Amino acid sequence: MGLLNFIKRIEPDKDKHPFLHTVYDGIYTLMYVPEHTASGGTHLKDKIDLKRVMFTVVLSLVMAYIFGIWNIGHQHFRALGKYVGLTDGLHLKFAFGIAKILPIFIVTHIVGLGIEFYYAYKRGHGIEEGYLVTGALIPLIMPPDIPLWILTIAIVFAVVLGKEAFGGTGMNVWNIALLTRVFIFFAYPLSISGDGVWFAGLTEAKAGAMADYGWIEHYIFNPIFNALGWDTFQAAGTAVVDGFTGATPLSLAFTGGWDNVLSHYSPSELWYGLVPGSVGEVSKPMILIGMLILLLTRVASWRIIFGGLIGAALTAFVLNQWGVTPMMQVPWYYQFYMGSALFAITFMATDPVTAAGTKWGKWVYGLLIGFFGILIRVLNPAYPEGWMLAILFMNTFAPLLDYISLQSNIKKRLKRAKV
Amino acid sequence: MYIFAASQDKCNEYFIRKQKHNALKNIKLLIVSLVVFLAITPPLQAQTVEDFGSRITVYAIILALVVLLIFIGLPLYAWYKPKSRFRNKTFRYSSPLLPLVPPSLPSYVKGKKVHILKGGHDIWLTGVPQGKLLDRTVKTYALQPTEFRGMFPIPKVLVQVGDRVKAGQIVYHDREKTEINYAAPVSGEVLAINRGAKRSIVEIVIAADNTIEYLPLNPPSPESCSREELVEFLLSCGAWPLFNQRPYDIIPDKDTVPRDIFISTFNTAPLSCDNNIAVNGNGPAFQQGLDVLTKLTSGQVHLGLNANAKDAPADEFLNSKNVEKHWFHGKHPAGNVGVQIHHVRPLGLRDVVWTLTVQQVIQLGKIFTEKKWVADRVVAVGGSSVHETGYVRTKTGANIGELFGEVDNGARLISGDVLSGSQKLKRNFLNWRDEMATAIPEGTYNEFFGWFIPSVAAPSASRTYANYFFPKKQFDGDTNKHGEKRAFVMTDDYDNMLPMDIHLLHLMKSVVVNDYDGMEGLGLKELSEEDVALAEWRCTSKQPLQQIVRKGLDMLREQEM
Repeated sequence: MGLLNFIKRIEPDKDKHPFLHTVYDGIYTLMYVPEHTASGGTHLKDKIDLKRVMFTVVLSLVMAYIFGIWNIGHQHFRALGKYVGLTDGLHLKFAFGIAKILPIFIVTHIVGLGIEFYYAYKRGHGIEEGYLVTGALIPLIMPPDIPLWILTIAIVFAVVLGKEAFGGTGMNVWNIALLTRVFIFFAYPLSISGDGVWFAGLTEAKAGAMADYGWIEHYIFNPIFNALGWDTFQAAGTAVVDGFTGATPLSLAFTGGWDNVLSHYSPSELWYGLVPGSVGEVSKPMILIGMLILLLTRVASWRIIFGGLIGAALTAFVLNQWGVTPMMQVPWYYQFYMGSALFAITFMATDPVTAAGTKWGKWVYGLLIGFFGILIRVLNPAYPEGWMLAILFMNTFAPLLDYISLQSNIKKRLKRAKV
Repeated sequence: MYIFAASQDKCNEYFIRKQKHNALKNIKLLIVSLVVFLAITPPLQAQTVEDFGSRITVYAIILALVVLLIFIGLPLYAWYKPKSRFRNKTFRYSSPLLPLVPPSLPSYVKGKKVHILKGGHDIWLTGVPQGKLLDRTVKTYALQPTEFRGMFPIPKVLVQVGDRVKAGQIVYHDREKTEINYAAPVSGEVLAINRGAKRSIVEIVIAADNTIEYLPLNPPSPESCSREELVEFLLSCGAWPLFNQRPYDIIPDKDTVPRDIFISTFNTAPLSCDNNIAVNGNGPAFQQGLDVLTKLTSGQVHLGLNANAKDAPADEFLNSKNVEKHWFHGKHPAGNVGVQIHHVRPLGLRDVVWTLTVQQVIQLGKIFTEKKWVADRVVAVGGSSVHETGYVRTKTGANIGELFGEVDNGARLISGDVLSGSQKLKRNFLNWRDEMATAIPEGTYNEFFGWFIPSVAAPSASRTYANYFFPKKQFDGDTNKHGEKRAFVMTDDYDNMLPMDIHLLHLMKSVVVNDYDGMEGLGLKELSEEDVALAEWRCTSKQPLQQIVRKGLDMLREQEM
C-alpha cells in the first residue's frame, strides 16, 4: 500500500514536464500493472501482455549469458596459458567476463532506451517494450573488447533509422540487433572481423603479447579477491602462448576444412562452447535450453525454427555431395557445431515483427534463412559467416512471402464465390 | 504477493477484502519458505569444503531452488488456491499431452458426420448458472431502437408516455423503411421514451401488467400461403426484427431472399444459456418456426448441433424436420453461428444469409401456433458478482437491475457474455438478441510486477502462465486490462482463436489502413464481432478487434448502399 501511494504521489505533471512524465510512466508500468479496465470490446482480457512475452525471451537468454561470460574469461586465460582447466580460476574468469560484458550491457540499454524514451515523449505514447529483447541480444553478438563509442554509434543507427523511422515497436522491417552488427561490420570492420577479435584483454592477439587489464579489474575485483584470499588479476609476467592463432572454428574450417578444425578442437569442445566466438553463439546446450523455453511457451514460432534447421541441414547436405571446396566437405551435421547457426535461427530469425506473419510464410522464411545462411557461409570467398546477411535478406522479403500467402487465400475465396 | 488496491473506493471493497486475504496467505508462504531456507544453510556452511568448484555448485543449487520457488512456486500456488465464494472446487487437470490425442467424440454422434473444429479456447468462469430456475419477476421492459443496425436513428414512435399497449401492439416503425414494425414485448403502460445522443431514441420503457394481455394476431397458414403474403404478415406484426442478416449483422430489407438460414442450437461462450433448457416444452413452436423459415429462404435451414457435451442435445433439436443438421465439436467459438456458416456453406462475396437464435425461432413459431406475440425468453444470469445465479423466465428487453437481483457493489453488469456483450447500468435493459447476462467484478487494482511474478490468477491462453496445467480451473474473471494497448507485434496470437480459414491479423491491419480490396478479399464479410471476440481477448497487444471489425463492416456496407 505504502509504496504504491508513494509512487502515485510523485507523478510529474503531464503538461509541465512531459519528458519526465514519460519516464515516470515507463517505470510505473514496469513496477505495477496499471489499473485500467477493459472497455469498448471484450470485458475480460487475457493476462498475457507484451512485457511477459519479452521477459520470456530474455529469460531464455540467461543460460547463454552465464556460459558466455565464463567463456570470455576462459578464452582469455587459455591464450595466456594460465588456468587451463575448466574449473581453474573460476572467480577470475567470471569476473573478467562480467568486466567485459557489463559495460556493453549498460551502454546498450542506456543508449537504446534513451532513444526510445525520447521518441515516446515526442510521440506522446508510453514507452514500449520492444527494446528489452534487442538490448539483451546485442551484447551477445558483440566482440567483448569492442570500443564503446563504436557500439553507441551502431545502436543510434539501428534504433533511429531501423526502428523509429518506421514507426517504433512493431513497425520495423529489419531485425534491430542485426542492424547494429551489420553497421559495425561495414563501417568498422576491423573491430568485428578477423582473428583474435574474440579474445579480450590482450595487448595484441599474437604470441608474446601481454595481458591488459582495465580499471574494473584493478580497482573493483582485485581488492575483493585479495580480501578473500583468492588469486587476483596479474598483468605482469603474462605472455600469450606460442602457437596462438586466435582463429575461430569457422575461420579454421574456411582455411583448411574440417580436418583443420579437428586439429585444434574436438567436436565436444565445439558443442559445449569451449571455443572463441561471440558470447551467445558458442554454447549449443545453452542455446537449446533457450530454444526449449521459447518453444514450450509458444513465444517463438516453431515453424521458423524448424524451417531454419531443416533448410540449413538440407543445404549443407547438398553441398556435401558437391564437395569441391574444403568448406563444402564439412559434414552437414557439424555445420551446426560451428558459428552462430543455432543462435541466429533461435533468437534472431524468430523476431515476430520482422519475420513473416502467415503460417506458410513462416515455413518458407525459415527454410530460406537456413538455405542462405549455409550458402553464404560455404560459398563466400571473403567472410565465412552468413547468418546476419541471410536474416536481413529474408527480413526484406518477408512481406512478399506474406503477400503470396494472402493472395492465395483471396483467390481461394473468390473461387468459392463463383461456384 | 504484493497486491494493492488502487483506490479506497467503497465500490471495490469486496475485491480488496479478497486481495488482503490472499496477500496474507502469500506472506505466510514466504515466511515458511524463508525458515526452510535458513534451516538448510547452516549444515552446508558447517562443512569444510576444500574444492572451490563444488562450493560454487552447492551455492548455485541453492540459488536455483530459491529462484524456482519464487518464479514457479508462487504463481503455481496463486493459480492453485480456490478463491471464489462459489467454491466450485473440483477442477480436473487433464494431461498436457492431450492435444496430441484425437478428441473422443460422445456416443450419440456415432455414425454421424461431425465437424471437428481445431483451436478456440474455453474460458471457465465461476458463477455458472446451474439449471436452477430463479423465482424473479421483472417489472419493466424496454425496446431499444438504437440496437438495430441499418435503421434510421430516430424512428417513428406511435405511442406516447402514459398510453396503454398490448403485447404485440406496434410501438414504432422505422422512419425510412416504414414497413419494418417493432412490437411491444409486454402489455402495460408506456413509462418513458428516453433519448440519447443527437436526440436518437434509446429506450421505450413499458411497465408490465401482472397478467399479460395479448393482441390477437391473424397469421396466414404457412403451408398454403405464398412467400409474399408471409413476408407482408411478418412485417406488419413486428416479427421482421427477429431476422438478422449476415454479412453486416443488420435487419434485412423486405426484398431480400436469403441464400440459407442458419441456427446454432448451442452456446459456447462463457456462462452462456443452455438452449436445451430454453427449448424444453416448446417443441411444436420450434418446429413451426423452422417450417416458416424454410418458406422464407431460397435454400435450406441449417441447424448446428452440439457434439461437445456428455448428454445428447434436446429431442426437440434431434427430431426437428425440414432442416439440415450439422454436428460441431470444438471449443469456443464453435457455437458461434458465423463459424458454423463458414464450415457448412461459406459466404460468397454477394451472398446473404439470415441467422436466428433458438428462442427467436420459438417466438416466430408461437405467432402461428398460439396466434399471439409471445416474447418469452429464458435468460441465464451468471458471473462471480451475482449472489444468486440461475435461469430467469422473462421477456425480451428485461430490466437489468431486476434481472440480476442482488449484485456486488461496483460490479460490471453486462448484457450478453463477457466477450461480446454490452456494458449496462442497473436502469438499462437486456439487448434484443441476448439470452444471458453476466456480472463480474471491476479490475481496478495494481498488481506488483504482475508480468514478472504473477500473483493474481486470471484466464489466459498463453503458455507463459501456469494456466496450461489447470485447464478446467474456474476463474472469477475481472475486467483488468493486464497491460496497455500496443502495436501489433505477435503474429500467431489469433491463429488458434478463430477456427476459420481467415488470416485475421492481416485482415485487421487492412481495415486499420482502410484497404477496401484487402478487407473484402480476406473475408471480412464472413465475420461478425462475436467471432473475433475471443481473438480480442487473447490479443497480446490489447487491440480493439471488435471495433476494428465493426468499422470495416460499416465501410463495406457504405460502398454497397
